[in-house]
Amino acid sequence: MSDAAIAPAAGGFGAGARAVRDVVLPVFVVVAVIVALWYVACVPMNIKEALTQAERGGAVINPEGARERRDMSAIGLVFKNPSYAADTLNQERPRLPAPHQVGRELWKTTGAMVLTGRGFSKRSLIYHGWVTLSATVLGFVIGTVAGVGLAIGIVHSRVMNMAVMPWAIASQTIPILAIAPMIIVVLNSIGVTGLLPKALISAYLSFFPVAVGMVKGLRSPDNMQLDLLSTYSASKSETFWKLRLPSSMPYFFTSMKIAMAASLVGAIVGELPTGAVRGLGARLLAGSYYGQTVQIWAALFAAAILAAVLVGMIGMLQRVTLKKMGMVH
Amino acid sequence: MAPLDEERINDVAQEPVIVAEKLDLTFQTNDGAVQALRDVNLTINKGDFVSFIGPSGCGKTTFLRVVAALEHPTGGEISVNGMTPDEARRQRAYGYVFQAAGLYPWRTIAKNIKLPLEIMGFSKESQQEHLEKVLKLVDLEGFGEKFPWQLSGGMQQRASIARALAFDADILLMDEPFGALDEIVRDHLNEQLLALWNRTGKTIGFVTHSIPEAVYLSTRIVVMSPRPGRITDVIESTLPQERPLDIRDTPEFLEIAHRVREGLRAGHAYDD
Repeated sequence: MSDAAIAPAAGGFGAGARAVRDVVLPVFVVVAVIVALWYVACVPMNIKEALTQAERGGAVINPEGARERRDMSAIGLVFKNPSYAADTLNQERPRLPAPHQVGRELWKTTGAMVLTGRGFSKRSLIYHGWVTLSATVLGFVIGTVAGVGLAIGIVHSRVMNMAVMPWAIASQTIPILAIAPMIIVVLNSIGVTGLLPKALISAYLSFFPVAVGMVKGLRSPDNMQLDLLSTYSASKSETFWKLRLPSSMPYFFTSMKIAMAASLVGAIVGELPTGAVRGLGARLLAGSYYGQTVQIWAALFAAAILAAVLVGMIGMLQRVTLKKMGMVH
Repeated sequence: MAPLDEERINDVAQEPVIVAEKLDLTFQTNDGAVQALRDVNLTINKGDFVSFIGPSGCGKTTFLRVVAALEHPTGGEISVNGMTPDEARRQRAYGYVFQAAGLYPWRTIAKNIKLPLEIMGFSKESQQEHLEKVLKLVDLEGFGEKFPWQLSGGMQQRASIARALAFDADILLMDEPFGALDEIVRDHLNEQLLALWNRTGKTIGFVTHSIPEAVYLSTRIVVMSPRPGRITDVIESTLPQERPLDIRDTPEFLEIAHRVREGLRAGHAYDD
């Protein structure tokens, strides 16, 4: 009785509060802890540079002289000169930029440029993000199609299973950093430039999780399910369309999420050997050439946000599709 | 009921449907050869309800799978409707019900039942006709648009029986179809299965672990025994065609159950 009386009241008032307690609060706490740790880490990481600048400005530092401090522990220096801790968070070229510096740079190269009508200029992260995104998506599509195709072959042919799978695995043991410049150079020499070489590097990384996931998915129907179809004298293609393919859908979406993330990594790596002209990878490389750590971190965050959005979109597609298929309820 | 009984007896005398002669089946495994069936001789007539009972490994499921052409014998002869099992399958001679309902979670009950019809190339109208007929037969009218997860285990198994009946096969092969269900649901389904069999006159091969289930359902009980899988006894049931659930408390019923148990003991089914 008392339970029944309490339940509706809790439902009416508690739904919003419960969402805050169960979702918003834990996420907020985790983010807050990470940001706090980040700020704390900035202090010892940047203390030497901060002290050197302060000394140049005429301050008295303990101990005196940058050479003297070079081999000292950074944490020890913080405790000897605690009043300069705040300076470490606002360095022009910090070893580790503070969160607000990265945030400011992100805004400066995205939102602020849009407001001044230069959203697609070569200094804008939106422009570079777009370049990387197009290579990522094209590579992802090529990789997914290739992965599904390979999986279908592997599931239906013993020969392909034995001949292709070892190569697919071997292909992923080669460091992509080693093979990416070769792909760019070889394709460039036969006149293929621009988007496609980068997309192919993305595809190289993204076909594998799709192939492995789909082999597993297409093989997921048990013997009983397959026996049932043989009692109907179903053909291989009927078995594929009516049983194997629908059964593989949960595996398909999960492997696409991995493939999308891998594809983004591929596109960024593919941008490094092109001479750092365009794309988030180029921003990373240019930033490291000129010691622009803030720029590097901003590009890293842009890449992470891009990946989160792309993977999130696949996740949404997954929920909608599986719900429509009646496979989640 | 009397005329129906006579009719059935006439059928029994005249029309053998499944005939096995000196059937042998040896599986080659990594541990050497395993003889799953040895010298199995059995004739199942039209309209029979034949149960196969015995411990694990006695070959009862294997025999059913040979009838369905899911396994192929290494010796002896078997015919289904006068054809080889493979030909009989192509002629849609039988529907097969497995231990698990095995409904596709992404299809509604109606679409699940239509699955064999789609594969066999029935027209859309004919699919709908067959669907309505079998839904009525298993008492699932109105559940066609539900997804499997919305149904209880017993209802799912009934839907899988409907799927096996959908294409009008005369033979129904059932491999421990109620083995995974609780006893109350099982009693209910046994009753419904008997009613269905009475109404349709199908020939049913039914594999089970349960002595009461075998005795309650069957016109004939085939007792099997393992290592190698073989038939040790075939018991004709003397129970009447019409069987309410409480027939299981009559001396006649207990007498047959006792004979089945004796048959199992004679085949060393209770040894380790």
